[in-house]
Amino acid sequence: MTLLRNFARFWYDFVVGDDWQVALGVVLALAACYGLVQGGVNAWWLPPVAVVLLLGLSLLRVVRTARRG
Amino acid sequence: MSSWVLFLTVFLACTVEAVEALTIILAAGTSRHWGSALQGTGAALVALAATVAVLGPAVSLIPINALRLVVGALLLVFGLQWLRKAVMRGSGYKALHDETAAFAEEVEAARAAATGGRGAVRDWYAFTLSFKGTFLEGLEVAFIVVTFGNNQKNVPVAALGALAAVVLVAAVGIAVRAPLAKVPENTMKFVVGTMLTAFGVFWATEGTGAHWPGSDTSLLALVPAVALIALGYTAVLRRSNPAVKNSVGTPAGAPVEGSLT
Repeated sequence: MTLLRNFARFWYDFVVGDDWQVALGVVLALAACYGLVQGGVNAWWLPPVAVVLLLGLSLLRVVRTARRG
Repeated sequence: MSSWVLFLTVFLACTVEAVEALTIILAAGTSRHWGSALQGTGAALVALAATVAVLGPAVSLIPINALRLVVGALLLVFGLQWLRKAVMRGSGYKALHDETAAFAEEVEAARAAATGGRGAVRDWYAFTLSFKGTFLEGLEVAFIVVTFGNNQKNVPVAALGALAAVVLVAAVGIAVRAPLAKVPENTMKFVVGTMLTAFGVFWATEGTGAHWPGSDTSLLALVPAVALIALGYTAVLRRSNPAVKNSVGTPAGAPVEGSLT
């Protein structure tokens, strides 16, 4: 059980890293882009906008934590 | 993407990871037992080669759009992690990665650990420390080699970039037998983070079925745009960081706030 948990933990750390909200944001942005494309909208602009927002929000969380700590 | 850009991206990513792995191996070797540390490194390289051998052909079997979506998303998550750390270091919110300090910490931990061997390995701690260091640092590079190589249909150039970096870092490491503190690791991380993010967003977007204006040439705008955004965030955070404002008198080369180098 510990082995399984360590294995899962390793892959979580490897793929998701230390800010799960960024990973979730990437998935949601790509899902929204896919949905728009299926609806006939060439939403190439959506992922770049998501990158700017996700990086900015992630940095904001770091700064807030640093200032609190 | 030209072969040179592919080579350089993989080379830089691999150099950063190889420098970090070298620090761990040196710590295990000098403070514990060189033979066990090298056994651990060798075992990790074999495990990495096996992973690539399984992952490589499997990845090439996935339809190109699905591959671009999944791989692009993963590269995007990796790239944003690298960029966030680079911005935090550049703006003084995180200490610059210092291989000398990392080496000292690893040596201290290694000396405090229990001794003892298993089977052909005389020092199990040195073995596992080297194995984990090499495998973990190498896995991300293996992923980059396989995904970039497959997406660009040029795995040999990607593999060559990785090999060149490992050989260079290993040669310098053997020559100086000290952590490579003078490698501009943080700048390289910034560049690699930019490339991973730009290619990640490009491939993932194409994977959803959307089409970039200008097709592949949009990368020529995407890469500098990502770099500028990250530099912009760095500048804004530096200006608002009280620790940086108060460190005007910090001696040059101090390992904390300052530049990305």
